[in-house]
Parts: sequence; C-alpha cells; structure tokens
Amino acid sequence: MNQYETVFILTPVLSDEQMKEAVEKFKGVLTKAGAEIISEENWGLKKFAYPIDKKTTGFYVLIEFNAAPETIKTLEIAYRRDEKVLRYLTVKMEKYAAEYAAKRRSNKQPKQQEA
Amino acid sequence: MAQQSEIRYLTAPAIDVKKKKYCRFKKSGIKYIDYKDPEFLKKFLNEQGKILPRRITGTSLKYQRRVAQAVKRARHLALLPFVTDLMK
Repeated sequence: MNQYETVFILTPVLSDEQMKEAVEKFKGVLTKAGAEIISEENWGLKKFAYPIDKKTTGFYVLIEFNAAPETIKTLEIAYRRDEKVLRYLTVKMEKYAAEYAAKRRSNKQPKQQEA
Repeated sequence: MAQQSEIRYLTAPAIDVKKKKYCRFKKSGIKYIDYKDPEFLKKFLNEQGKILPRRITGTSLKYQRRVAQAVKRARHLALLPFVTDLMK
C-alpha cells in the first residue's frame, strides 16, 4: 500500500452538482478498487497558465489516498474514459512528501475554522 | 586611453567581489519541493518561464533536479506556463 496523490482538472462548463458527482465518481472508483482516501481538496475554478483545448479555466481537485499499485491503472483508465477530465496527474508520495502533505493538511484545517 | 591601473574609482568596483552562493534548500532544511504551489516555484524561473540554471540560483544538484521535476509537473497541470513573456 503506497501513498499517492492525484490532481485532476474538470472542464469549467459543468454545473455544480455535475462537478460534485464527477468527484464522487472518481472517489468511488478508488474505494471500489480498495483504496483508502486520506483527504480531498477542491481548489475550485482556477485560471490556466495556458489554454487547454480552447478553455482558459478549470476545476482543480486533489485527492490523497493509500492504494495498491494496481489501482492506479484502473484510476487512470477511468480518467481517460471520462471526457469531463481535461488533465490528470497521479504521483507516488515518498517519505518527505507524505510529511509535507500532513503538515499542509494540518495547517489548512485551522485556516478553514478561522475563515 | 589611460591604462586600466591608472583609473582610480571613488568606490571599489564590485565586480570582483564573489558572493558565496549557497543551496537554499540545504540551508533552510526544505526536504520536499511541492509542485502544487506555483508561487514558490516562480523563484526558480526567469521572465520567459524557463528554469534558472544552478550557476545562477546556486542550488545543489540533488535539489535542482527536484525543482526541475516539480516545475515540469506544475507545467503539466497548467499551474505554470511553458513559455510566456513577462511573467513576474
């Protein structure tokens, strides 16, 4: 069971619940394949640094999870099949990355409470 | 034209003073370079969005490779541009 983080970009043309449903769909793909989701962040609509197939903004979603290596293949196949996903990046997190992510999550939590 | 030695400057020319370059990651103990925050990575890019060489930034080889990989991942996710004119 390695720790991975995946970021994917959804087209901005979707309505809110379509976006939530897409995010739920990928979380479902992960849990069905036996992954254990640690955290999930929506960065919301962000402007791209360069247009991706004629679109200049996109909906960024970050998911951190523990999974066996095979589940990554099924996840990426799901990404490729879904045309709402413009781009995705799955990264294996080594020791320092995991520590960094834990620290980032902890200082993100209090920020949300204050805001 | 007066030879070089005869020209006397009011203040010593700063060309020859060599500022000791150091690797900012070793000094500040940063272990992981996150590809998700472009603001930090922009310090390692020039105006065109190209990665600065080690001789300018002074980072050690190990961390320069990690910076380069993080920048390339950020570019893939459109957090950083591949090429741009005035970025900063």
